[in-house]
Amino acid sequence: MDEIDNQYCEDESPEKIAEKLRATFKDEAYELCAELENALLALEENPGDPDVVNRIFRALHTIKGSGAVCGFEEIARFAHEVETCYDSIRSGKASATKRVIDLTLTARDQIQALLDEYYYHRPADASKTGLIVSRFRELLPGPSPAGAREQREQAGAPGPGAAIYRIRFRPGPDILAHDMNPLSFLDELRRLGSCTVVAQTEAIPYLENFKPESCHTYWDAILTTDQGRDAIEDVFIFAKDRIELTIEVIDEGGGADSEETAHRRIGDILLERGDLSAEDLQKALHTKKRLGEALVESGAVSPGKVESALAEQEHARELRVQRRATESSSSIRVATDKLDKLVNLVGELVTVQARLTQTAQTNGAPELTSIAEEVERLTGSLRDTTMNIRMLPIGTTFSKFRRVVRDLSAELGKEAELTADGAETELDKTVIERMYDPLVHIIRNCIDHGIEPPARRQAAGKPKKGTIHLSAIHSGASVLIRVDDDGAGMDAGAIRAKAVQKGLIQPNAELSERELWDLIFAPGFSTAETVTGVSGRGVGMDVVKRAMDSLRGAIEITSRKGQGSTITLKLPLTLAIIAGFLTRIGSEHFIFPLSLVEECVELTAASSAKSHGRNLANVRGRIVPYIRLRELFSINGRSPSLEQIVIVSVNGQRVGLVVDVVVGEHQTVLKSLGRFYHGVEGISGATILGDGTVALILDIPQLLRVVEQREDRSAKGADPGF
Amino acid sequence: MSTAGTATTTQYLTFKLADEIFALDISKVREVLDFTSITRVPRTPEFMRGVINLRGSVVPVADLRLKFGMTRTEKTVNTCVIIVEVTVDNETTILGALADSVQEVLELGAENIEPAPKIGTRLNTEFIRGMGKQNETFIIILDIDKVFSIDELALVQATEKAARTAKAEA
Repeated sequence: MDEIDNQYCEDESPEKIAEKLRATFKDEAYELCAELENALLALEENPGDPDVVNRIFRALHTIKGSGAVCGFEEIARFAHEVETCYDSIRSGKASATKRVIDLTLTARDQIQALLDEYYYHRPADASKTGLIVSRFRELLPGPSPAGAREQREQAGAPGPGAAIYRIRFRPGPDILAHDMNPLSFLDELRRLGSCTVVAQTEAIPYLENFKPESCHTYWDAILTTDQGRDAIEDVFIFAKDRIELTIEVIDEGGGADSEETAHRRIGDILLERGDLSAEDLQKALHTKKRLGEALVESGAVSPGKVESALAEQEHARELRVQRRATESSSSIRVATDKLDKLVNLVGELVTVQARLTQTAQTNGAPELTSIAEEVERLTGSLRDTTMNIRMLPIGTTFSKFRRVVRDLSAELGKEAELTADGAETELDKTVIERMYDPLVHIIRNCIDHGIEPPARRQAAGKPKKGTIHLSAIHSGASVLIRVDDDGAGMDAGAIRAKAVQKGLIQPNAELSERELWDLIFAPGFSTAETVTGVSGRGVGMDVVKRAMDSLRGAIEITSRKGQGSTITLKLPLTLAIIAGFLTRIGSEHFIFPLSLVEECVELTAASSAKSHGRNLANVRGRIVPYIRLRELFSINGRSPSLEQIVIVSVNGQRVGLVVDVVVGEHQTVLKSLGRFYHGVEGISGATILGDGTVALILDIPQLLRVVEQREDRSAKGADPGF
Repeated sequence: MSTAGTATTTQYLTFKLADEIFALDISKVREVLDFTSITRVPRTPEFMRGVINLRGSVVPVADLRLKFGMTRTEKTVNTCVIIVEVTVDNETTILGALADSVQEVLELGAENIEPAPKIGTRLNTEFIRGMGKQNETFIIILDIDKVFSIDELALVQATEKAARTAKAEA
């Protein structure tokens, strides 16, 4: 009987509920840790930025709150302690020194370790928590309740909402004589937020009357900022007496009329400002032209004023868009395997659609053909949209590296900073994930081997702090990720010597620059004299090469001794579907990646006989060597009398590959050949054609390498044949 | 999953390569197909015949006869492709194996299975899980994971490559 009474209902047990909550909290928790780290690194760059301190606060606060709800009491208490200490920074009683930031980063790491303990069963050192808290208490006095109140009173302007201000700044003509440069005021203004400045020049007199020491220009500025009106007035505080300054709010943060404001038209804006009279506005509206043009033409308003009114409109529009984006928070978390299933289904759909198109063509019925076309169009859109879902901006990966660079530079006694551009470039999620480790290795190498110690850099006339620059851009069907460093560059001599020592090349072998750099990818290769904790074992670049191979990417290195190195990684945009070029040899089908194909020319039996066994074609006066794929692949049967040369371009080299028939473009759903065909040279995958047959996808760069090697050997007197 | 020690019966699919009867643990067999057209993949070991289209997936097909040192499988009306699951390094892939004919599903108890002989079969003893006995005939029970292990494949590929290069430089 007792047993029946003690039977608990799964759904009601508080422990069970907490468990479920913890599962849902997982993603958010790790994201908060990442945000906390980013904010701390940002604070290091701008110690005085109250925005960033707020970010830290918010992150800690959310960790505390959600953590408590989920039953992570220890984490919640810890976050609370750290938050309390940050209060003193927020209220200005303490400043965020490097030690404070270091300690906070350690705290963040401890929070992550505690999370790891729960989610990944990695034991964490609980005693560290106490240690960190006492260190905090030493460094920062707790806030006094009075201090907190004071802080709130000082903040004049309304909270975090951004507002748009219209500022007309008209310095007196003698401002330059008083040693004040109007432009520096504008620069300061720009620091407050997003600012568009339009100079108004109609008051400048003609050349005969022009006095260069007088300033007749005045400026209209539209500023979107959340710093409040006081901050704007502060900018001009020193020149208060010598200027005319008008500041108007045209859009309060989150005001009820914000929608209207955003849609206000040029005419209304100009009227409001007093730059335009109502009658002039009416007259201009009656002409059929665009209002701005009409006004300028009629001379009612100077072009400068119209421009600034347009800028105002633009700011309002941008703010509206931004607000809408944050309000609706239009994103939703999706489990990756759901996405994968979707991508697979789309892949199958593309295959079947190809069959439909083919059948419709052979069948010929016009209605069927038009339906097939419609299906093709829709399938194309579906495929593009689905592929797009998996695309994420690489920026998140870039920002993770800041921490890596920071910690590593400290560890190795170097000074280096990370800059990046192209953070919004999007890549397939899987590609980004697989790129993380290789990029970390490359960056490690940069700091360890590339960037010199500060003293050496100064001696060489370089800035003490080394720069590592990451960039990402789309290029055709690929994404190029570049890592530039301004360090010592790679020592070609040392690499060569090491390679000879390891027996990788003959002592007298002649290598092109590319081949030389390629040596560093050999497993176990390193020119480091000593092995540090970070590198020197020769493992890093090997990992990079393998990752790039598995992603069907390419690596290129350029380096100048004493100046630095650049490593360029070329990655495919998506792994699943590529644009292909279908060809046939005998009864076997082969697909070329369309991005590599330049053109096709015919090869008649007659002209190939003319070239006397040398496989060279004359294409518009230039020589293009070609390879007979039939031979290379040992395909039985005789070649037809008319063949096609598909000319591809690889690394600037133009080479032809001979096939029997060119079928045409083909949307190719990539199917891997599997582990058993892992080492196949020249074939990167397969696809299923409309009629169910399997076509092989060519790996052109690899094919060319194979042929080069073969011809090298044959030139040295052996007959390869295979 | 039976080892010679446990006293349970396991089901095996038996098939013939030339005159010899082989068996595979049924849990490793996904399906059996008729011989379909195989797309050859160039520059691969001989026993890897190519790939087939299995309901939208590309599946490699191996010629067991060639792998075991016999002559190449010729297409007859009885020739089948047995689709098996191979687990290598904790990863499972599927693969097709050519068989001259597929016989039946047998139940064999542990008492009917003897350990593999060290010599006497032309096969690498690693491939053989055991010798089953049924009505005076011996059935070679294969360990398909070992037959297609990556080391095996790497070795074969390396040997073939070496042979090709040796031939080239001779």
